[in-house]
Amino acid sequence: MRFPVANRYVPLLATAFVLAALYGAGCISFNNFSSLRVAVNLVGDNGFLGVAAIGATFVIISGGIDLSVGSVVAFTSILIASLVEDHGVKPLAAIAVALMIGALFGGAMGGLIQWFDLPPFLVTLAGMFLARGVGFMIYPQSHGIQNDFFIQTVTDRLAVRLNDRVSFPFTGTCFVAVLVLGTFVAHYTRFGRYVYALGGDEQSARLMGLPVARTKVFIYALSGFCSALAGVVYTFYTQSGDPASCVGLELDAIAAVVIGGTLLSGGVGFLAGTVMGVLILGLIQTLITFKGDLNSWWTRIVAGMLVFLFILLQNLVSSASKRLGAKS
Amino acid sequence: MSGTMETEAKSLLEIRGLVKSFPGVKALQGVDFTVRQGEIHALMGENGAGKSTLIKVLTGVYSRDAGTMCLDGIEIDPHSPKAAESLGISTVYQEVNLIPHLSIAENICLGRQPTFFGMIRWREMARRAERALARVDLKLDVSQSVASCSIAIQQLVAIARALDVSEKLLVLDEPTSSLDEKEVGELFAILRKLRDQGTGIVIVTHFLEQVYAISDRITVLRDGKLVGEFETANLPRLKLVSHMVGREITQTEAGGHGPLDRDAGAKAEPLVEIRNYGRSGSVAGMDLSIGRGELVGLAGLLGSGRTETARLIFGIDKPQTGEMRVDGQKTAFRSPRQAIRKGFAFTPENRKVEGILPRLSVRENIVLALQARQGLRRMISRKRQLELADEFIKRLGVSTPGAEQAVGNLSGGNQQKVLLARWLATQPRLLILDEPTRGIDVGAKAEIEKTMQQLRAQGMAILFISSELEEVVRACERVVVLRDRAKVGELAGEGISEESIMHMIAEHGHDH
Amino acid sequence: MTTERFENKRVRWWSSLVWPVSGLALLLLFDLCFTDGFFKLEVRDGHLYGVLIDILNHGSKVMLLALGMALVIATGGVDLSVGAVMAIAGAVAARLINAANPSFTVAIFGALAVSILAGSWNGLLVGAFQIQPIVATLILMVAGRGIAMLITDGQIITFTDPRLTYLGNGHLLGMPFPVWLSAAMLLFTAVLTRRTALGLFIESVGDNQAASSYAGVNAATVKFFVYVFSGFCAGLAGLVAASNIKCADSNHAGLFLELDAILAVVVGGTLLTGGRFYLVGAIVGALFIQALTTTMYMRNVSADVAPVPKALAILIVCLLQSPAARKRLSGLVKRRNT
Repeated sequence: MRFPVANRYVPLLATAFVLAALYGAGCISFNNFSSLRVAVNLVGDNGFLGVAAIGATFVIISGGIDLSVGSVVAFTSILIASLVEDHGVKPLAAIAVALMIGALFGGAMGGLIQWFDLPPFLVTLAGMFLARGVGFMIYPQSHGIQNDFFIQTVTDRLAVRLNDRVSFPFTGTCFVAVLVLGTFVAHYTRFGRYVYALGGDEQSARLMGLPVARTKVFIYALSGFCSALAGVVYTFYTQSGDPASCVGLELDAIAAVVIGGTLLSGGVGFLAGTVMGVLILGLIQTLITFKGDLNSWWTRIVAGMLVFLFILLQNLVSSASKRLGAKS
Repeated sequence: MSGTMETEAKSLLEIRGLVKSFPGVKALQGVDFTVRQGEIHALMGENGAGKSTLIKVLTGVYSRDAGTMCLDGIEIDPHSPKAAESLGISTVYQEVNLIPHLSIAENICLGRQPTFFGMIRWREMARRAERALARVDLKLDVSQSVASCSIAIQQLVAIARALDVSEKLLVLDEPTSSLDEKEVGELFAILRKLRDQGTGIVIVTHFLEQVYAISDRITVLRDGKLVGEFETANLPRLKLVSHMVGREITQTEAGGHGPLDRDAGAKAEPLVEIRNYGRSGSVAGMDLSIGRGELVGLAGLLGSGRTETARLIFGIDKPQTGEMRVDGQKTAFRSPRQAIRKGFAFTPENRKVEGILPRLSVRENIVLALQARQGLRRMISRKRQLELADEFIKRLGVSTPGAEQAVGNLSGGNQQKVLLARWLATQPRLLILDEPTRGIDVGAKAEIEKTMQQLRAQGMAILFISSELEEVVRACERVVVLRDRAKVGELAGEGISEESIMHMIAEHGHDH
Repeated sequence: MTTERFENKRVRWWSSLVWPVSGLALLLLFDLCFTDGFFKLEVRDGHLYGVLIDILNHGSKVMLLALGMALVIATGGVDLSVGAVMAIAGAVAARLINAANPSFTVAIFGALAVSILAGSWNGLLVGAFQIQPIVATLILMVAGRGIAMLITDGQIITFTDPRLTYLGNGHLLGMPFPVWLSAAMLLFTAVLTRRTALGLFIESVGDNQAASSYAGVNAATVKFFVYVFSGFCAGLAGLVAASNIKCADSNHAGLFLELDAILAVVVGGTLLTGGRFYLVGAIVGALFIQALTTTMYMRNVSADVAPVPKALAILIVCLLQSPAARKRLSGLVKRRNT
């Protein structure tokens, strides 16, 4: 592998290494860690974070940021719960409505960012406050869901039986499906390539005649859609809606994206990396649970340290490739 | 060489009477421009000539106010780069606008990737990219990222992209600024090949030698107007320089003015001395010395390396060769702060980007450098700041409603004066002025010239960079002449005249 | 000549406060008309009580944060970690005050020292390593709360030391102590930035970093300093917050206050892109946010819904500050008039 090519993939390899190392450490230290159940839970428990993080990856690759993720997840969950339980809306219809609202909400933010040249940080911050508040307006507290679709269909019938004790939850299936679709969009559609171009050099993309304005709005719409979808997965996972939930989820998503090798400045990013980042965060949590005597806040510290290390790594790699590119 | 000269090769692009104005500036005033099929046409002009405006109108970035543009006989009016591209006009800019982390293949095909029901066909795209590269005689692994290639290769990739869109008209804006001699040669070979295949090529460049090496015709603009279109083979260098500068010159040897008030004597030991100081991509190693009380001029056409020289001396750029001595001591500046501590000062040419702090007041802009040198704690009292501001506002004639006016609201000329005031307040030993009189009214220009002479008489060393030759000739007792990013000579005392400078620029050879 | 210049200066000094003060005034006017008891003031035990006093009191945390944040934003950066640093400061103080030989001075100094350390970490990343401020401060924002939890061992640590509890609950000359603290910090920051060259350097770095570097300003040092200062302010705010509830709650201390601080600074007139900063404006901005929250509380709007008007406020301020938005909107108006 020629060095300049490997340069781009170095952070991704590092992520894979960290993931493998953490998993290996867990298997060595604890019995049952290498069991199927643990692996399945890892994917299933973090399904909604994974879906949200995939949407966040697109935004960050394009050079933007979306702080509204957690609030939209919470908003969507309570919206669905309220629609299904209190207004008798059919589950699939409620889900469809929620996804549409998520996409429109994201698109509106994207529109403000593009056409009024407002900083994404502030616009999505406003979005975060808005979504959070409106969620509470729909219903002021956690709302359980009794509807059959969520309790039976999703949990039982849509779960994939792996063996007589373990089944792969639907939340995990959703996660995998979004990953596959997301990868397809990122690598096989023109839109996906425009996302990378925008993040790489917006000025050049404009001069190349790429549809910058349209792409930007659509990216935020996509992120809003993914956040709403994550909210749907959340309702599958918890069988309830909660306007107070997922506070700070956007930070977890961003951490997963950075650990996954995506540059926060944009232009370079891997969905596979984000997925690994999500699994790493989940693994840390699992390891701590297994250890028993370590407290859960270590997750935050370790996550912060990982983010720092990966940012440092990104900086080193980009300055190294800059030096390489400068020579003939 | 341009092979057999057909009497009238088919004209590809015809621009007639192009007019474009911006608030306060008449960028183009009725310019004609013709490019023929199978021709390399150089577009040249000094600052404010209108070159970049013409290119931007041609490539759809600006819309024209008046005039006609015809491509292949059909009138066109591109209103965006994409529209221009689809008409057949492709552009490669100096900064090589490619997406660094994407592959060569992607960069070539971005926006036009081959698809199958919306799905990108990567292998087909790679093949297409390879075909595009073959047109510029390149055979590379198209999956590698553009950022991992040298600038020269990136440029060829950009050209390949442009050709992939259309082979009709190719516009190259300063394509050789970052290339070394060998790469320039390779690029020119490609351009000649394309020309022979019928592509019309417009090349905007400052390098005189390159223009003579590659172009078939030259169009010269000055102050928004067309000076003329010439066949390269029939245009002597001296004539070209004279057209660009706007001064008639006879072929007779340079005659000088007598020195006006120059004490040609007292050769004090130099304050600053650089030997073989240079940096690749900036200027070739050069020798220069400036003594106390000397007013040295740096003359040359746009792009000849004058600003680059100033940046090297002031410590903004670091040299790769040579050494500098200040007060006889070997010195190396790692940053402008160190230069400032040695008593250096620099008013940059690009005052908007590198000079003024637009939202801060006149007073704050003036005291900044002095305050920075004094440090955090020794604050210049408000009273003293106002005194300084008032003093310089009066002394340089800055037209402002008050010392608290935001500098961004002042006219360009007044901004320049504020910038000058900033450095004068530090009472420097060496003052480097890069185009200090650009965009300033005549009266103020005289003021600045007078101030320079006063400062010189008081013992300040001054390096004066200006593209207005008559200013340089009038003010300086020694002139260093640059051409194509290298020093070509030095004139002193009686030998200084506009003609002698122009001769020196026009002649071949690089004597230091 | 002198009077002319002086008048110029005066007009300018006031004009920057027009928007935030009008916003606050409008809000207060609304409350005057529609919210009962908003302006009621009474004196009990020599202390002033009332809704207005509450606004000043509860808004103190954001006011303190906003002072530090204003300087950071002025250099073109942002500090997302201040909420987490608040939690850390509270945790350190609570721990130290409950130690074997409790000393108020040690607790205070310990908390502030740690906050300054946190600020230095941010300053190093941004100034020396030139990492994007959002990214750099994100690290501490994520890890910081974990560190605070580590210090308190996951517990909520209560304390009863009278001097420590005075910080958040005491009264001085009738007014709650935090208000005096904010006032003192405002004064201190004003003196620090306007009576030394620091204010000029900060504004120049934010306005045009390249030009200030060429003029000899050491941008890296300036940036380092503002993050240290922001950390210090967060430390003070954290002490007040912990003192308010007489315990260190690492989970909730300062949660989302960084966003309020950024909003306060932006409402106060400082551009997010940097340059001129307005300390008094930031204070007014903080009061505006607090008044908004209080208004909603008094009108029985659930605290959870309070973020909605904040969101609208952010959007309005952004639109007003953005030249592109102003152009488009005025274009719309013109078209309607022709």
